[in-house]
Amino acid sequence: MKKLLKNKTFLANSRIYLTVIVAFLVMFSLSNAGILSSSWKGYLVPICAYISLAVSLNLLVGICGELSLGHAGFMGIGAFSGIIFAALLKDVVVSDTLRLLLAMVGGGLLAGIVGFLIGIPVLRLRGDYLAIVTLAFGEIMKNIIGNLYAGVDENGFHMAITTSKMALGEGGKYIINGPMGATGVQKLATFPMGFLLVLFTLFVVLNLINSKEGRAIKAVRDNRIAAESVGINVTAFRMKAFVVSAFLAGMAGVLFGLNYSSITATKFNFNTSINILVFVVLGGMGNILGSVISATILYVLPEAMRSLEDYRMILYAVVLILVMLFTWSPKVKEIVSVISAKLSGIFKKKEVETNG
Amino acid sequence: MKKLFAFVLAVMMVMSMLAGCGASESAPAADAPVAEAGAIKLGMCGPLTGGAAVYGTAVQAGMEIAVEEINAKGGLQFALNCQDDEHDTEKAANAYNTLKDWGMQIMAGPVTTAPSNVVAGECANDQIFMLTPSASGASVIEYGDNIFQICFTDPNQGTASADYMATHDLGTTIGVIYDSSDVYSSGIFDKFMTQAEANGLNVACEASFTGDNKSDLTTQVTQCKEAGCDVVFLPFYATEAAQVLTYADKIGYKPVFFGCDGMDGILTVEGFDPALAEGLMLLTPFSADAEDEATKSFVAKFQEKTGIVPNQFAADAYDVIYALAQACENAGVTADMSATDINAKLIEQFTSMTFDGLTGAGMTWAATGEVSKTPMAVVIENGVYVGVE
Repeated sequence: MKKLLKNKTFLANSRIYLTVIVAFLVMFSLSNAGILSSSWKGYLVPICAYISLAVSLNLLVGICGELSLGHAGFMGIGAFSGIIFAALLKDVVVSDTLRLLLAMVGGGLLAGIVGFLIGIPVLRLRGDYLAIVTLAFGEIMKNIIGNLYAGVDENGFHMAITTSKMALGEGGKYIINGPMGATGVQKLATFPMGFLLVLFTLFVVLNLINSKEGRAIKAVRDNRIAAESVGINVTAFRMKAFVVSAFLAGMAGVLFGLNYSSITATKFNFNTSINILVFVVLGGMGNILGSVISATILYVLPEAMRSLEDYRMILYAVVLILVMLFTWSPKVKEIVSVISAKLSGIFKKKEVETNG
Repeated sequence: MKKLFAFVLAVMMVMSMLAGCGASESAPAADAPVAEAGAIKLGMCGPLTGGAAVYGTAVQAGMEIAVEEINAKGGLQFALNCQDDEHDTEKAANAYNTLKDWGMQIMAGPVTTAPSNVVAGECANDQIFMLTPSASGASVIEYGDNIFQICFTDPNQGTASADYMATHDLGTTIGVIYDSSDVYSSGIFDKFMTQAEANGLNVACEASFTGDNKSDLTTQVTQCKEAGCDVVFLPFYATEAAQVLTYADKIGYKPVFFGCDGMDGILTVEGFDPALAEGLMLLTPFSADAEDEATKSFVAKFQEKTGIVPNQFAADAYDVIYALAQACENAGVTADMSATDINAKLIEQFTSMTFDGLTGAGMTWAATGEVSKTPMAVVIENGVYVGVE
């Protein structure tokens, strides 16, 4: 146990888990006690989805060092496949929670498979080229989903890209209706399930980072040639990070999609990808707890500033710029390090006292 | 060290979250307009910023005028709170929750269809009465018994357009250009095609575009020209229609152009020569040039407030407030009633009452929430709408 407590990674990781668990317990008990306002209750599930998205993108951007601008594409695949799965399983699985769970696994797997297929050509590229291709991928996904028709009738499940091929029989019901998106979706997402997804995402990402694979991925990021020279299969490890990231984004997409009674493909556009990237960059590349915090704050910020009406979007941008300048300023870094040195000094003293 | 700093930050985040909840509890209406005591709280959400802001702001202004008029009369009092949804489903849910925290008793929105699909689900769930001015998608009213529309549904417009073309001799060969990524446009298109087939119309050309490539519609116009279409149906909004008309004029293509209610506002599109819209036909429930007193007074007030001529969205919004006022008066709704009680009373009123407004006389509602009013076909002559039967 003592050895474990001295393990730096273990301490850092348990800090992340602890923060998330405490935040969940506080919000959950507040929500159950009826103290939480409707707006705050409404933020909880999307915040969980965005935290998972930011953490999974951080794996790709921060740990693997690949700039991806198509994360919303994976989110969209997850959201729409999750909606289809949930609708198809409606009569088979009675429990809402189990249905959400199955939909999440299904949506995540589908996004992971698509991520793998995309990864084959895409991961041959590096840097800016990868960014451009993932950007294009995100847009392609948005347009495909935007033209997708899916529905059920007495003959079972139908799916098509054009309306003419999509002839539903009597009593047939559209699940996804092309540009109109999915309407009349049963809301399955709950805050505890969102929390579990965040925990699962953290578990997967943190364990991956601290494993042998994770060290190889970081080696590829820091120096590709050196990594190759010691026998690391560069493409395979980049692919691992890419697929895991896509899988988690797909799961988060399912949670997001099943939180609203209707959703359209246009939601998963370039802006959403950039938004998630902003969470990652402002939280700090490679800093997992940073992603969790920045996703939470940056999601709530524009909503909390509703009272400022027309000025809120300007202020949001100003805040982003300030945070960026602030966290990069050497002076601020110096002040922070002085404060944290003092704080850790206090902790150390206490440790000495208790030991003595 | 860095990790410790992060931990401190995390603790601060939790604290600020708590502080945030506390604050929003003690003063839930901090950002809302001050409601007079005894005023019924109406919530509205719509795109007040972003690409669709022209519709959201028109609806907001239209509603504000109606609320001011009603409050000035004494008696029934309304308080209106407008929240921005950026024409986004996710933001619409947040806007709705903000309104709910404010204490909204009736939902007089949202403006556009995609956000309405989300808000309608919530309203049906919470049993808050919803009357949307302009969300014309057919799916909106399917969420519950308490969701009502004051505008035509998209399918109705498609069917009405195809019927109009079949019964009036506009031309023999029809071309359609539509936005396949837009709910409104593709909704009308689908029904138009079905009805056109039923009416035996000859549709020679179907050209589509999406929201991402609508900055250049020359290909679609050329396609219609090459197919020899003498009637071109344009079921989309005025800004894109302006492009089509400008380009058609440039290449000397002069078919009969036919639009729906989204075409309304074509004469005021920035950088568009209104002379090119001569002869354009459209189905619209509202014409700002109508001679009746109510329209004249509304147009004057709207121009004074915003400096522009009101479009059909503003008129629908104005009607929404008056329809709600009429229903509230008939049912004896007062501000101290709960949203659920008001909901039950208003459903009863709306399914039984008849309402005369700017966008139509003798409007009635079916139990599904669909409005019944006759679409009016107008043609643009000398820069003004002229009604044709």
